[in-house]
Amino acid sequence: MSVGGKSFLDNLAKIYGFYTGGFIIFVILLAIGEQMGMSNAAIGYTYMGITIGLYAVIGISSRTAKISEYYVAGRSVPALFNGMATGSDWMSAASFIGMAGTIFGLGYDGLAYIMGWTGGYVLLAVFLGPYLRKFGQFTIPDFLGARYGGHAARSIGILAAIIASFTYLIAQVTGVGIIMSRFLGLDFKIGVFVGLGGILVCSMLGGMKAVTWTQVAQYIILILAYLIPPIVMSYKLTGVPIPEIMYGQILQKIDAQEKVINADPKETEVRALWQKSADALAADIKGLPGSLDTKKSDLQAKLAALPPDAPAADKDKITKAIAALPKDAAAAKDAWTTAQKAQAGVGKAKPIKPYLQPFARLDMKNMLALTFCLMVGTAGLPHILMRYYTVPSVKDARVSCGWSLFFIFLLYFTAPAYAAFARNEVLSHIIGLPIAQLPTWMANWAKVGLVSFKDINADGILQFYELTIGADAIVLAMPEIAGLPYVISGLVAAGGLAAALSTADGLLLTISNALSHDLYYKIIDPTASVVKRLAVSRTLLVVTALIAAWVATYKITIIVELVAWAFSIAAASFFPALVMGIWDKKANKAGALVGMWLGFSTCLYYMIGSRFYGVDWWGVKTISSGLFGIPLGFIAIFVVSRMTAPPSQELQDFVESVRIPRGASKGDEAGMTTGH
Amino acid sequence: MAQPARPKEYWAYNVRLTMLTLFIWFVVTYVAIFFSPELNNIVIFGFPMGYYMGAQGSLIVFVWLIFNYAFKMNKADIDYGVEEEE
Repeated sequence: MSVGGKSFLDNLAKIYGFYTGGFIIFVILLAIGEQMGMSNAAIGYTYMGITIGLYAVIGISSRTAKISEYYVAGRSVPALFNGMATGSDWMSAASFIGMAGTIFGLGYDGLAYIMGWTGGYVLLAVFLGPYLRKFGQFTIPDFLGARYGGHAARSIGILAAIIASFTYLIAQVTGVGIIMSRFLGLDFKIGVFVGLGGILVCSMLGGMKAVTWTQVAQYIILILAYLIPPIVMSYKLTGVPIPEIMYGQILQKIDAQEKVINADPKETEVRALWQKSADALAADIKGLPGSLDTKKSDLQAKLAALPPDAPAADKDKITKAIAALPKDAAAAKDAWTTAQKAQAGVGKAKPIKPYLQPFARLDMKNMLALTFCLMVGTAGLPHILMRYYTVPSVKDARVSCGWSLFFIFLLYFTAPAYAAFARNEVLSHIIGLPIAQLPTWMANWAKVGLVSFKDINADGILQFYELTIGADAIVLAMPEIAGLPYVISGLVAAGGLAAALSTADGLLLTISNALSHDLYYKIIDPTASVVKRLAVSRTLLVVTALIAAWVATYKITIIVELVAWAFSIAAASFFPALVMGIWDKKANKAGALVGMWLGFSTCLYYMIGSRFYGVDWWGVKTISSGLFGIPLGFIAIFVVSRMTAPPSQELQDFVESVRIPRGASKGDEAGMTTGH
Repeated sequence: MAQPARPKEYWAYNVRLTMLTLFIWFVVTYVAIFFSPELNNIVIFGFPMGYYMGAQGSLIVFVWLIFNYAFKMNKADIDYGVEEEE
């Protein structure tokens, strides 16, 4: 039976049902294996080998030579399954690994991510999804090209799609490398390229068709992996295995525990020490350039004072400390101010702000702005939008938006429970322990730098502000925190891998389609044959993947930030032009060009300006840069369109046709039309 | 029997439903964020309501909103005679 064929489509529920059952049996067998002495490394390799092998089988058996299957899975994906595929397309390494940790750290304010990344689907469902399906082409730039005419709007679309998707892609590839290296003990670079193989094998031969059916399989693994640890944790803590309901009482415990910790004199002592170090830093900055010279001469004096028989390590240490000093006063000011900001941001000198209290870490204005930008960004990301081309009808597109959010919701509404269990565990059982008796999971994760602790007041006991837990540690370490066997840790790693791979697949396809379909076929060579188009597309897919992997091996730290930027870029450049294209019949080419350009450049200006050059408009943070570009884009399209000639009757009719479902293209025939 | 096509009324209905959907969407997110300190004074089952809205309440409403929109529009397609050909 071929994947994507008629008998496959007729038996989807059965096939994926068997697949899920088979996977659960596989996990149980591994658990038995573990009891019988299977090593952790063997479990890790088995997980990675089996899951990537499964994806490869689906990917290879979905190979296709048909344009409509390669680009839009033959428009034959039922609404529910498209919802699952969209779910894993959407949920990246950041959602899977980082989200619960973000809430763990930010408390209420972290919920901006939860609401932003789900509420965006409401915008998508009412503004775009069904209409894009009615339009029924292959890519998002296709719509811009058809609606606004000519190559200019399409070209801006190609550029924005590539910028937004590529930064996002690098983050996924990095995520794959991290998981591979942590759980298989591979070198990071090798991990990246092994993962790359896993990505390519899914998308190269079968394009969208292969990616769709692999994403469904990946969704099932990632959701099982995400839900099992909190369910067990909930059962252990409350006796009821429904974490989403039971964590209410845990929230109350957190609140009470925070008050206890804030009142502890030992905690006050640690906070005072942080205050002292902050004061010292401030004094150093104020005392520049003299303070830098003093530091240097102090160290040099220390070096000179070393007895000749002192161990070489001591000498080395001081020499290194001298070398590590900023080289001049200006550099010192930069470095120390940055350190000061970072310290103030964590606020270690002040009592813990209540987990449940709104706006303790992010003011209300920024919380509203961030939620808004994430929502609009979600509805403007091309790799998500193009999934709505793959369903059979406009009706299915509407329902599929609902399924998409439902499947995403399963993970997102569990994430706050995840965070609460972890925070409760840390506050109630870790803080206050003698340093010598800390559980082994802390040492394990300290090794890879995700957990760190330092006994600042040297009392041998761990205080709250002596512990730092990286956001990524929460989900990955939860099985160990909950005392679950290693087979569950491996499952969580396989889930994280599925999340990263599935998103990477979708992004890679978006980029290579923008280049092969929009740039090559629509702009450079409209007479290209089907065989040639597919060959170009596959080549570009491999090239893009290799470039992404190559960039990822440099482990640029700003990448995580760039992903947040991708949302604002997508929100400010795509969203206004797409929405106005459907909702404003009078929107014309000039308006769209000015709007997209203005949205994009305003957003970029504020991002770079606020991040590096101290630009500050009403205190809005860099992460919400889209806040200015989005409304400007809308206003520009509206105003400029009315100042210039209205779109042709033909284009206005096109808008009318997109607005009603009747006459939607089905399956293959769409491949024959060229837009307007 | 198929209804006669009334695309103008269909679009007007769609605009109304869209606005209503967005109004509820706006209330459960932005208004709820705005009033979250006050909502937090109400605690049900251990959940302060301000926190709950952000963590779960708004999400449940979002899912319901999209399905509600989908079913109403899919029905409207037929009522206004603009449904897709099978």
